[in-house]
Amino acid sequence: MLEAHQVSKYFPGKGDADGVTALDAVDLTVAAGETVALIGESGSGKTTLLRLFNRMTTPTTGTVRVEGQDVAGLDPIPLRRRLGYVQQEGGLIPHWTVRRNVELVPRLLGWSRERRRDRGAEVLDLMGLQASDYGERYPSELSGGQRQRVALARAVAADPPVILLDEPFGALDALTRRALQQSFQALQRRLGKTLLLVTHDLDEALLLADRVGVMQGGKLLQLAAPEALLAAPGDPYVASLLEMRRGGFRPSIPPSLGERTVAGTPGSHPGLPKGTLKGGERAR
Amino acid sequence: MGADPSPSPLALWERGARGVRVLLLFLLCLPLPAPAQPAEPAPTITIGSKNFAESRLLGELFAQLLEARTDLRVERSFGLAGTQVCFEALKSGAIDLYPEYTGTGLVSILGREPGGGSPGETLVRVRREFLQRWDLHWLAPLGFENAYEIAVPQALAEARGLRTLSDLVPIAGDLTAGFGYEFVERGDGLPGLREVYGLDFARVQTLQQALKYQAAGAGQVDALDVYTTDGRLLTYALRVLEDDRGFFPPYQAVPLVRGETLRQHPEVGAVLALLADALEEATMRQLNYRLQEGQESEATVARDALRALGLIAGGKVLNEEPPAEGFLPYLWQQRSTLGTRTLEHLGLTAVALGCGILLAVPLGLLLERRRTVAEPVIRAVGLLQTVPSLALLAFMVPLLGIGVLPALVALWLYSLFPILRNSYTGVRDADPLAVESAVALGMTPGQILRQIRLPLATPVILAGIRTAGVLTVGTATLAAFIGAGGLGEPIITGLQLGDHRRILAGAIPAALLALGLDALLGAVERALRPRGLKG
Repeated sequence: MLEAHQVSKYFPGKGDADGVTALDAVDLTVAAGETVALIGESGSGKTTLLRLFNRMTTPTTGTVRVEGQDVAGLDPIPLRRRLGYVQQEGGLIPHWTVRRNVELVPRLLGWSRERRRDRGAEVLDLMGLQASDYGERYPSELSGGQRQRVALARAVAADPPVILLDEPFGALDALTRRALQQSFQALQRRLGKTLLLVTHDLDEALLLADRVGVMQGGKLLQLAAPEALLAAPGDPYVASLLEMRRGGFRPSIPPSLGERTVAGTPGSHPGLPKGTLKGGERAR
Repeated sequence: MGADPSPSPLALWERGARGVRVLLLFLLCLPLPAPAQPAEPAPTITIGSKNFAESRLLGELFAQLLEARTDLRVERSFGLAGTQVCFEALKSGAIDLYPEYTGTGLVSILGREPGGGSPGETLVRVRREFLQRWDLHWLAPLGFENAYEIAVPQALAEARGLRTLSDLVPIAGDLTAGFGYEFVERGDGLPGLREVYGLDFARVQTLQQALKYQAAGAGQVDALDVYTTDGRLLTYALRVLEDDRGFFPPYQAVPLVRGETLRQHPEVGAVLALLADALEEATMRQLNYRLQEGQESEATVARDALRALGLIAGGKVLNEEPPAEGFLPYLWQQRSTLGTRTLEHLGLTAVALGCGILLAVPLGLLLERRRTVAEPVIRAVGLLQTVPSLALLAFMVPLLGIGVLPALVALWLYSLFPILRNSYTGVRDADPLAVESAVALGMTPGQILRQIRLPLATPVILAGIRTAGVLTVGTATLAAFIGAGGLGEPIITGLQLGDHRRILAGAIPAALLALGLDALLGAVERALRPRGLKG
């Protein structure tokens, strides 16, 4: 579905400043219906990699494909309209109502008014917001969590097969983040989208993704299912990342999430010993 | 108030004509006509004057005489900022004639050395050259000279035994001089005095004509340049020093007229010839005194002078009422004039600001799409802002003549920078996250500009317009220097006549206008702020 083949991205420096290699010969494939999370520090290249797929960035070398098509030959505008996108802090358009924000892509695609309305209400409902309550509000009248729900609803409104998520929960407080992650999981189970998720939160990556890619310095160090990653970190950096996680800095996951994991969604409970995660059982 | 003959509707219309024209221009919003007069039934000639009392008075004398003795309609463009502006206006045809002095023509306009030559010789020289070079005619001299002279306070003259300019030379190193702007620069002014007499003052303060006398009266300056016929020589205790080396050239007052005007309207030359040798120095000093210290209007003084000469019988109907006592009654008395001035001022501001918006907002949006050229363009427009406003107005005169059009162009150029800068930064810095997600979801650059950047930038753009508006109201007071009317007219006239009430009568409405415009644009800003934006 999403495919990056030997992509490198080099930003030339200005004046005397050195250039920056943001991506270094990265290979990545995301299968249809799969969720891949990219994790790494700021500047590791994970966001750059994500932005290749909707042509917000073009690679210096290498090929990027979406649904088998080389994006270099595609008009970026229609391409972007068939890829959902959510960013940190939502990026809602502040002078538009929730409804108008959610209807953004359907409107661009020329859907009829009724169809837009119905779909908008439907996706808001999916994200736990009543269109009748929230539709006419402005983003500034919502909480951070609600804004992010609207952003997610907006990303799925035109029913894109692929959604790109750039730290979608990064700006939220821990409790809101957990609640939203749950909603998101529920949504994913229902819609079965292909997801590429960038995050700096290892727990989130382990919870939501079928496979987790660890990035550092523009390289994809390891790409593996959560349990495989936990069992056998293939790189000293990955190992140290996992080590840090066990250090107990993370807030504990509320009990409700534990119930959900029992119900068939292996998450990443910090208390769980290695090897108890069964990625293969993950609901789609 | 019973004695006040209320102005006829026709007179009101005529007085309001300039404001009405400006508003019409605004409605049509360009293309502006050439500085020529719009077509009117009666042929019109325009009389100019410089920005001091005697020049205005002579201009008014010419005007009333022509109105009484010919069928011409006369427009007055008085108080133009100095010799250069007047002369350029005459050359370009923006005015048909104005009173000039032969010495000024010789030294300031032709750039000849001062000194030497009798009045007659000087007149012949300027006549010949002006005719050959520009087809401009010096008519018959009016009969008096208004030369530059140097005066010192009587007390100082007695204490130090000063009679001639040469007496002043040895003690000048201890003295402060107060000189007019032109005098400091002109060859027949301070630079020439330095050269010929070796006159060097400890300090030279550049002052407005009327303020010089007040400063001398208050003992703040020890020497000042005066005009021979200045009425204030009658009131202030000053001694005029003799020009013992014959430095100052003769300054005969003469009507200076365009050749084209004389050919089209031969009656102009014939009628103005009635004033040949008609005015003596003592008479002029008296007339100037009434204007400068008696607070009488130039219209009244000119009419009296023409009657005394037997050149007009009744003269036009004038407001005979003496200036009211107290500031508020004075304002009330002047309400119709001030109303017209305010209308003109509003017209100038509205047209300049409107055209500024029409250019600067789209340009700002365009630059957002061409960011590499944005900074150079904005910096270039910003440079315009650093040109002093009076200088910018003066630059317009050789290009566009005088009057409303050059003032509008100058004000328009002046309004661009705040609007352009705010439009550009407003759209450029519009909520980056919202713009980013709009791009990522497939909006086209045009859609993003129209639907996202522009609405989000609206408050910033309006803030720029607001700044430009207040700035333009202020700068528009200077438009009177190039004959564009407005509230600067009473301010400048007041400055020239040393009349504080008149200055305030212009300054206070101008300040109120600025405050009102600021409040209005503030309300517009709030009304147009997109819903959903905080603040």
